[in-house]
Amino acid sequence: MLNISGKWIGAALLGAGLSFGVAQAAPVEISLYYPVAIGGPVTKIVDDLITRFEAANPDIKVKAIYSGTYSETISKSLTAFKAGQPPELAVMLSADVFTLIDEGAIAPVDDFTKTDDDKAWLAGFSPVFMLNSKNEDKTWGIPFQRGTTIFFWNKDAFKQAGLNPDVGPQNWDEVVDFATKLTKRDAGGNVTQWGMQVPSSLTSYWLLQGYVAQNGGTIADISGTKTYFDAPEVVEGLQYWTDLALKHKVMKPGVIEWATNPKDFFEGRAAMITITSGNLTNVKANAPFPFGVQMLPEHKKRGAPTSGGNIFIFNGTAPEKQQAAFQFVKWLTSADQAAEWSIKTGYIAPRDDAWNTPAMQAYVKEFPGAAVPHDQIPYMVPELSTHENQRVARVIDDGIEAALTGSKTPAQAMSDAQQEADRILKQYR
Amino acid sequence: MTQGRNQITAWLLLLPAVVLLAAFTHIPAVMTLVNSFYNTPRGARPAKFVGVSHYTDMLSDPVFLAALKNNAIYAIGTVPVAIGLAMLMALIVNSSIRGKGLLRMSFFLPTILPMIAVANIWLFFYTPGYGLIDRFLGLFGFAERNWLGDGSTALGSLMVLAVWKEAGFFMIFYLAALQQISPSLGEAAALEGAGRWYFFRRVTFPLLMPTTLFVLINAIINSFRLIDHVIVMTRGGPDNASTLLLYYIYQTAFRFWDTGYAAALTMVLLALLAALAFVQFGILDRRVHYK
Repeated sequence: MLNISGKWIGAALLGAGLSFGVAQAAPVEISLYYPVAIGGPVTKIVDDLITRFEAANPDIKVKAIYSGTYSETISKSLTAFKAGQPPELAVMLSADVFTLIDEGAIAPVDDFTKTDDDKAWLAGFSPVFMLNSKNEDKTWGIPFQRGTTIFFWNKDAFKQAGLNPDVGPQNWDEVVDFATKLTKRDAGGNVTQWGMQVPSSLTSYWLLQGYVAQNGGTIADISGTKTYFDAPEVVEGLQYWTDLALKHKVMKPGVIEWATNPKDFFEGRAAMITITSGNLTNVKANAPFPFGVQMLPEHKKRGAPTSGGNIFIFNGTAPEKQQAAFQFVKWLTSADQAAEWSIKTGYIAPRDDAWNTPAMQAYVKEFPGAAVPHDQIPYMVPELSTHENQRVARVIDDGIEAALTGSKTPAQAMSDAQQEADRILKQYR
Repeated sequence: MTQGRNQITAWLLLLPAVVLLAAFTHIPAVMTLVNSFYNTPRGARPAKFVGVSHYTDMLSDPVFLAALKNNAIYAIGTVPVAIGLAMLMALIVNSSIRGKGLLRMSFFLPTILPMIAVANIWLFFYTPGYGLIDRFLGLFGFAERNWLGDGSTALGSLMVLAVWKEAGFFMIFYLAALQQISPSLGEAAALEGAGRWYFFRRVTFPLLMPTTLFVLINAIINSFRLIDHVIVMTRGGPDNASTLLLYYIYQTAFRFWDTGYAAALTMVLLALLAALAFVQFGILDRRVHYK
């Protein structure tokens, strides 16, 4: 793992400034911490975008530093910030916004939107993606790689099980029913193909949020100071999820890794999966069979979580660097680039004007599945986001893991989690 | 006068070591102790003195208690097995069997691989369904198991990896110790008609005791110090079934940014290691040397 500290960057900047005897003023150098959260050649796509931005803006140099996972990225950027060497920009979970505000690490975007054009750009983001970006009338992060979870199924497996391959399950009961038909066992009783698979190794609260939203509940308050982990809608949602594995036995028991989930799907070991929309391109490129993709099945109503990364501008860097950083962010999240990013990765373009670009229109025509996350926008709920978010998220993740592995009942796991969350959040109320 | 000169010379000679030790050991340790009595400063809010409340919080912190329990299981489970295996491997490669060089190399190989690489390799071994272990067991009709995703097997899976990685390293120490043992002892025992097992029990094993003590201390410290494979393979899950103390400290400090509480946790770990070292050096050390 590359461990690049702020000091090192500082040294590099100095070195870069001293080593080339350029005639004009040296360009402003900014660095961007970027977590790689999905499969596919993401780093190449980012580098390519940066090269084009630099060609159009020769006075700015952007250095992308690939910083591991989301949680490693926030660790690294906050460590660098505390050491007085923050990056100018970092892509971090939109849900971590309270942590970043509490640390005083980020600058509100409103400080930089001066022209009408800037303001129009900021107003162009879809409201649902701004729910995790705004707080007390200020905008703290810019929606960039936002996602949701969507539902994939293997059409060949459907045919073999005698199901109509063109129609996925529409509600909770159908999922159980289809998954039961799709689960295949060999002569010894060992499962060779699971009916349904939902990943749970990281941020499992996020998948739970989908079930809770479909069940008409909510997992936390938008103020970031209250959670409702032990509410009946939440416990029922978790009960449904754990039942897939422990009662109906149509899902692999225990914790399922995010990384192996799409692989299990490609290998025919899981006939239906829920996974982030960020994997659309990955599935399209690697599934060796015809697949279907649709919105998440409904229960009392439709519902889906939002998630993913915002770009944040850090405090504690020089004003001209912050300005350059803002310029880059604005360019990167404007319609054309947002559409390109979405097409190449599968993340949801968080602005309507990106969906109306010719490139996007052509792409959706060629690959209708790409419109699924967009169609789901009206049903989306904001992601769990509280003060000390990483800690609270860890508490509920532990609870979900306990329920999925069968060491606690869903009701017990959620009431324990709620108790812990209350203990953590009481000082913020 | 010369007395003073000598004093100055002596201190100057000590200076580099004193500076390094102070900067990297003593000052941080004292600062950690001080910080453990304050809560964490956040943004504009300065640190407040909270006395021993971090320490009392620990007693009701389920994750801390789980980490402590897991670490005890981990140490008790991996240390004796790794040491026994190391001794066995050393005896094998010290005897006159054929292919000694190849055996030595293969026993020592896991040690020179970086932990992160090893953890990733084993992550693949443990993958349910198509990992090496499930494939192998599948030949005998066993069902696939979610080794790392199941609370009852996650910690054990990490322990197997630790033993595999550590044993080769300790073997080197035993090998060196075995080569120190005078061959005349073996010859004398053969004349007296002592069996091989008897000779090992009565001569080799006692003579290896100082090495065993050294390895034991290292192994125990290692078992509290290793977290890389936890980060790569299980992240402490499921539901803290494989959380170890140092991993919890890392999480508290660098994911939750609760540096005050992390400092208190660190002091607990320090006290624990100091106590272990004291027991080993103070008590065992007097009893291992063969006189």
